[in-house]
Amino acid sequence: MSPDADGARSDDRDVDYQLGQQESGSKAANPERSDGDRLADAAIRAVPGTEGQGSASATARRTGGGGRGRRDGKKGGGRRRKGRAEEMMVPDATFTSYYGRQVVKATPWEADIPFYLFAGGLAGGSTLLAAGADLSGRPHLRRNSRIVAAAGITTSLLALVHDLGRPERFYNMLRVFKPTSPMSVGTWILSAYGPFAILASGTEVMKLLPWRFGVVSDLVDLSARPAGLVAAAFAPAVASYTAVLLTDTSTPAWHDAHRELPFVFVGSAAAASGGLGMALAPLAESGPARALAVIGATVELVVEHRMEGSMGLSAEALHLGTPGRLMRASKILTAAGAAGALLLGRRSRAGAVVSGLALVAGSVCTRFGVFEAGQESARDPRYTVIPQRERLDAKRAAQAAGREPAVPPTSVRPGPPADSAQTTDPTSTQETTS
Amino acid sequence: MDDYIGTTRGADPHRGSDQAFTSATPQGPAHRAGWEQPESRKGFFTDTSICIGCKACEVACKEWNGVPQDGIYELLGSSYDNTGALGASTWRHVAFIEQRKPLGGQTTGVTIGVPETSVGADVVLGELSADFDGSAGTDHSALDLFGSLKPAKAPDKPLVDLGMPAFDLPSASPEAGERTDFRWLMASNVCKHCTNAGCLDVCPTGALFRTEFGTVVVQDDVCNGCGYCVAGCPFGVIDRRIGDKNKPKDDIANKNHGVAQKCTLCYDRLGEGLTPACAQACPTQSIQFGDVDELRERAQKRVETLQAAGVMGAQLYAEDPEGGVGGAGAFFLLLDEPEVYGFPPDPVVTTADLPRMWKNAGFAALGLVAAAATAFVAGRK
Repeated sequence: MSPDADGARSDDRDVDYQLGQQESGSKAANPERSDGDRLADAAIRAVPGTEGQGSASATARRTGGGGRGRRDGKKGGGRRRKGRAEEMMVPDATFTSYYGRQVVKATPWEADIPFYLFAGGLAGGSTLLAAGADLSGRPHLRRNSRIVAAAGITTSLLALVHDLGRPERFYNMLRVFKPTSPMSVGTWILSAYGPFAILASGTEVMKLLPWRFGVVSDLVDLSARPAGLVAAAFAPAVASYTAVLLTDTSTPAWHDAHRELPFVFVGSAAAASGGLGMALAPLAESGPARALAVIGATVELVVEHRMEGSMGLSAEALHLGTPGRLMRASKILTAAGAAGALLLGRRSRAGAVVSGLALVAGSVCTRFGVFEAGQESARDPRYTVIPQRERLDAKRAAQAAGREPAVPPTSVRPGPPADSAQTTDPTSTQETTS
Repeated sequence: MDDYIGTTRGADPHRGSDQAFTSATPQGPAHRAGWEQPESRKGFFTDTSICIGCKACEVACKEWNGVPQDGIYELLGSSYDNTGALGASTWRHVAFIEQRKPLGGQTTGVTIGVPETSVGADVVLGELSADFDGSAGTDHSALDLFGSLKPAKAPDKPLVDLGMPAFDLPSASPEAGERTDFRWLMASNVCKHCTNAGCLDVCPTGALFRTEFGTVVVQDDVCNGCGYCVAGCPFGVIDRRIGDKNKPKDDIANKNHGVAQKCTLCYDRLGEGLTPACAQACPTQSIQFGDVDELRERAQKRVETLQAAGVMGAQLYAEDPEGGVGGAGAFFLLLDEPEVYGFPPDPVVTTADLPRMWKNAGFAALGLVAAAATAFVAGRK
């Protein structure tokens, strides 16, 4: 889903090259492009500085919903079905950009990172389950959860290192501690959590092996409970900080979600770890896992819905294209998994396995959906320009109202929309130029 | 929405000493970053009203800093732009915007029609006669520098237009007609070296640091290419460089591959008291280098001059210390709205919301503990 930067770059250029052509020409020349079409549409709508350009919904409405202004012909199905709700959400704004080029840059992160978001959350939730199972005497749930946590955090760390531009320098993360960098904070959280989570799983793994290692095994067995409890102390941070990792960026769909995303992510972590816990443990022990899964799924679904309402324009990125499909899949899987856990989880092992795995899959879709939505929102200038333009206009209006007399009456005007009568104000030219 | 200016700053206990967050401090960002005796803050004032789009800045930057080739430099179909945007291997980028807008209040000094004394209009050239041997009586006053290079005109044949470029002014031909409303905006973009720098704030290795000149620079040998700064920058400046696997490791294409790269404001040149390469190469002084305080005054005067002259839309960008990035070290005079040039209209450093984010993440973590505890109580049955 994340093309390498070379690919993205050359793609950009193709699209830009078509700017000089008529719109119909560029479409005809490119009947098969899918991602390119979207960019080309955006680009054609956004010729720099000349005139205001319609947003997707505005353009679509103007052209009777035909192909011309639609952002993505092939991926538009879901959007059209839910067209009304989304149009209400999308302000009928216009915007200008530099040849449709993105303003902020998308991170160079690839699938490693959303995988880590999932696996880290799964590990954090599982560690809490394991600690509870340990204290409440549920050996199977404890064993499974400890092993899942250790496996989750190990693969997470490998994925994180793999995603670096210079993996051999990963240890430079340990040079500094910077509270302003969620990645630095996360590094230290993982450094504190990882060893204890792995140590706690040691005893469970060794019990599965046919031989023992003498005093080493004894020590590992002895340290399992304390290690598990220390890991449990860090586990909530492991599950929740990743939301800050995403939201502390200039990526519109991530930053705009900063109020709710931590709750969505811990909900997703709880649903995934509870789901896997109830799938793997016998029915007699899986009660807490089921409960955690249902609570987590509920929180995730409710808060995610609220998040879409509070994000503003960039919420649209959660509905379109690949991220849109992932988010829809996530909602269906999570809701179905939670319902299955409630209705079947207690009675049937098969039902518990199926609903548990649905919850895990839902969590995977949530992480990949949010991740991809952010990347899309960075690549499309509208998500950066439109909200900032509105904010700036509001500031200027407030300023103008505040010091009205200070504005010179004649040609000396406070810079900005001085030539709005010409074309700077997009809304004024929207109808006349198109 | 407005509380990121001022109210959340300075009071944040999480903020490390090298973090740029209290832009109101008079000492400037270098002092805040821990430099006890910083140099005066250096920066650029890029006056786009006199940019001619020559790209000397792009070339000089590449030459001095050894920045590898970025793409194959074909025209992108967006006016004369062939680099597209700032990136890991494009540290200066010249934007070209063609607009159907008048050059507000400006006159070019050109009148429609053929000026009486226009060079080349009615001066007869190339009367190179066979007796051009210096003998007396020949009037050579009609010869100019090019005269000897031109063939003699055959007066009896009609002239054929070969489509060669003329020496006439564009408006001199009778078909030129009225001047149309058209202007060409050019602007040389560069890293803003923000007072509150998102890239610097989020860098987890300390590879990005604040220099004694108040600029923001990547240490190539420390950065491990995590890519966080790429999304941290509100202007889309910094990027991770991708090498060319087909070339040897020591090829310039693979220099600092996998590492975040951006303008250093020629840190090496500053240390020697030199002007950064782009400003040095700029033939029109569109790129002006100097102390930020002095550049701010200069920029203010310039924008007032332009506005007084009726140049509509003239405005300063990223210069305001009260703005979302606390005033950039490199700011701009634009002739249209920022987004026309590919700038974000109202950039705000993402870490302005970070205290609130940590708070929410803390609540979420507590919520997870509560959920787990509830699950074990509820699941006992």
